Amino acid sequence: MSLLSAHDLAVARAGVPVLEGVGFALAAGRALVLRGPNGIGKTTLLRTVAGLQPPLHGRVQAAPDAVAYAAHADGVKGTLSVTENLAFWASVFGTASVAAAIDRMNLRDLADRRAANLSAGQKRRLGLARLLVTGRPVWVMDEPTVSLDTASVQLFGDVVRDHLAAGGAALIATHIDLGLDADVLDLGRFRARPAAAGGIRSAFDEAFT
Amino acid sequence: MIALLFRDLRLAVRAGGGFGLGLAFFLLVAVIVPLGVGPEPATLARIAPGILWVGALLSCLLSLDRIFALDFEDGSLDLLATSPLPMEGAVAVKALAHWLVTGLPLVLAAPVLGVLLNLPLPGYPWLVISLALGTPALSIIGAFGAALTVGLKRGGLLMSLLVLPLYMPTLIFGAEVVKRGAAGMTVATPLALLAAITAGALALLPFAAAAAIRVNLR
Repeated sequence: MSLLSAHDLAVARAGVPVLEGVGFALAAGRALVLRGPNGIGKTTLLRTVAGLQPPLHGRVQAAPDAVAYAAHADGVKGTLSVTENLAFWASVFGTASVAAAIDRMNLRDLADRRAANLSAGQKRRLGLARLLVTGRPVWVMDEPTVSLDTASVQLFGDVVRDHLAAGGAALIATHIDLGLDADVLDLGRFRARPAAAGGIRSAFDEAFT
Repeated sequence: MIALLFRDLRLAVRAGGGFGLGLAFFLLVAVIVPLGVGPEPATLARIAPGILWVGALLSCLLSLDRIFALDFEDGSLDLLATSPLPMEGAVAVKALAHWLVTGLPLVLAAPVLGVLLNLPLPGYPWLVISLALGTPALSIIGAFGAALTVGLKRGGLLMSLLVLPLYMPTLIFGAEVVKRGAAGMTVATPLALLAAITAGALALLPFAAAAAIRVNLR
């Protein structure tokens, strides 16, 4: 049974179609890595899967409340401490296990530090720890390893592996080998044809419907 | 929901400035006006209701663009939109946090500033009541304006232009309540209209603001 699947999906960025005909199914315990050059539409696809924008065409199927999205920006509040940041998201998602997430992402020594004083890599670890407190099965991640050092990439790879072993699933846009037994989806072959119908025209129509 | 409220309050208090800024601005307006129009008690008493209401409105406006812009910039708004919190609820809670940080202190400080402007004695209870009824509308209308302009660079000015006209009915009836109260007349009609505007705004605008945010996040 698949936790997340897409059928004949077409997505647009700023009204211009970037990808079309994308289809995949993600079963429990599996990871899918999205590959493709810059600008191919990885972020747009992930935002569509996360429900932040509607697809041009096709559909995304996911169990309700299954997807946890981690964007480029971590959504970390500088004036709150590491623990307070996580505790906020834990209560939004109705879970309680902040301490476990802090230990898992190796943030114990930083737990009471204000997030504004963290380095870029430490902030990223905090952003990824947020995935652990969501308690959701499908992690949708956009370049999760940016600004992480080698040790942290390995740590994060282990965290994802444990998540998959526990019956979760992950959709990751990344160019780094996380050491996962993952399927790879190369988006290059789904590039939207320039003349593809829909895009600009429907964005225009949308404003008047 | 409660967590979001506490987070916003904590952020407002810790960010420094956010909390006292509106209040200090309100105080300055009330101090500057007598310097401008002169110390004539009769003149001041006549313009006090209007000045106090305009001052409250402008101090509310000052901190509006922070409601969503900061969350948009650091990515929290994306994450909130994909969280189990309904966006309508998040908008309402953020407007409530804005009111607690900005509107409520204005309500409490207004009587003191009324003294500076020589507001006639019977006007004080009506000043507090009208502000208490009207400022929630200022916060929720402002949240709607902030939601409309959330993705725009330097959208603060555009937001002020959008929001100020929407503030007019609240200003008119709010100031009218104080004016009539100060003159010892009956205030039932403007008070009822002021309450109606607030109730209507609170009921409808969270939905409009949430829709605007969803469009802006695409």
